Amino acid sequence: MPTYFTKDHEWVAVEDDIASVGITNHAQEQLGDIVFVELPEAGRVFEMGQDAAVVESVKAASDIFAPISGTVVEPNQALETNPALVNEDAEGQAWFFRLRPSKPQELDQLMQRQDYEAFVASLK
Amino acid sequence: MHGLNTTALDSLHRTLGARMVDFAGWAMPLQYPAGILLEHRRCREKAALFDVSHMVQLEISGANAARCLERVVVGDIQGLAPGRTRYTLMTNDAGGVVDDLMITNLGDRYYLVLNAARREADLAHLEAHLDKNCVLSLLDDHSLLALQGPLAAGILSDLNPEASLQTFMDCRTMNIGGCECRVSRLGYTGEDGFEISVKADRAASLASLLLSKNEVGPAGLGARDTLRLEAGLCLYGHELDEETTPVEANLSWAISRRRRQTRDFLGASRILDEVEHGPARLLVGLRLCGKAPARAGTVILDDAGREVGRVTSGCYGPTVSSPVALGYVATPFNATGTKLGVQIRGRTLDCDIQTLPFVPHRYKR
Repeated sequence: MPTYFTKDHEWVAVEDDIASVGITNHAQEQLGDIVFVELPEAGRVFEMGQDAAVVESVKAASDIFAPISGTVVEPNQALETNPALVNEDAEGQAWFFRLRPSKPQELDQLMQRQDYEAFVASLK
Repeated sequence: MHGLNTTALDSLHRTLGARMVDFAGWAMPLQYPAGILLEHRRCREKAALFDVSHMVQLEISGANAARCLERVVVGDIQGLAPGRTRYTLMTNDAGGVVDDLMITNLGDRYYLVLNAARREADLAHLEAHLDKNCVLSLLDDHSLLALQGPLAAGILSDLNPEASLQTFMDCRTMNIGGCECRVSRLGYTGEDGFEISVKADRAASLASLLLSKNEVGPAGLGARDTLRLEAGLCLYGHELDEETTPVEANLSWAISRRRRQTRDFLGASRILDEVEHGPARLLVGLRLCGKAPARAGTVILDDAGREVGRVTSGCYGPTVSSPVALGYVATPFNATGTKLGVQIRGRTLDCDIQTLPFVPHRYKR
């Protein structure tokens, strides 16, 4: 499954025309213990870069931006009852929402894993 | 992290894997690999060790030291017995809070612990109001460690049984693991515990000794903040500033009866007027119904949707397992039990005013 990354530390994994969106393992390490996640409802329409969700650690709230444009088909309800899942499996079970991309060509503007890893290394 | 002051435990923090942050010009541990939630719980259930060496420690001596100190603080210092500590507030002419601090009577002099972020303001304030015959000595060559939690007393008593003789707000000099320490039974977490002042060159070995005990883990400023918030304790710069009076901050108890009669502290006219007639706004605790935390700056609304206050500190409370916040709410909307709202990302979420603290204090009285 092709996975793409943003400079805001989100990942997008595309399968059967549906994109799952989450935050990277690096992001969850930086945030620390996650205590609350606010997710968009199904049907919400986002343009690339719009505020789409909120993740709160013990210390602070961070915005999650829509990495590509599209319509939300499903929020991950498991995160509402167990936000700590983001710390446990950020790039797996702890996807935030799934959306149907309206401009799939936007994926070309995102980073491949190798580039993202180099980007993270450059931050240290 | 360049250009920051470092404490004597700096390399220990880094060895322990701490995430270091700039706090008031100091490189301090925000958290260790365990994370804020576990560090918080360890302090409530067992014992946690905090480095609070960034705080300002100083001593004031001189024949009239107690009387002089009363010029700058609202508490009863002349009535403070030797070996005892008192939490008090420095005020300005307008009745605002310059800083909150601990004062200990050492017998022949007084020991003060003040906030790092207020160092310059406090020193200028003391300089301006103390007599010429009061001598102020900074203890910059001392570190300050806080061992907090229900197991702290047992751990320290094993190292020196004298610790078990102390009650809340007692201070005495004792030997811990070969180090001469000034040990005060107090803290800022709501738990029983101790603050230990020690020469900086002995601080790392003392910290290592305490951390070698199974029940003790290191905790950073992140956990310190969630612990003090659940304990309903004010943090300067959030709940306290130069425009806020002790009465508004719900700290009237810190103004002793004698000082209310003598009215001889800075800002006494406004402060005592508020004691008598009530303040225009009051610091309260808010318990939020949902799961979203209300952060500092969040607008507080009455049931008609009008702004009646602002949140000053807010986080997820790990012990109460819900979001908690402190904030100022205008009179008459600040009585316990009042139903209010907080505006978070365009939505109004229900909350109500709770009696502080959110988690009962467990001091050794």
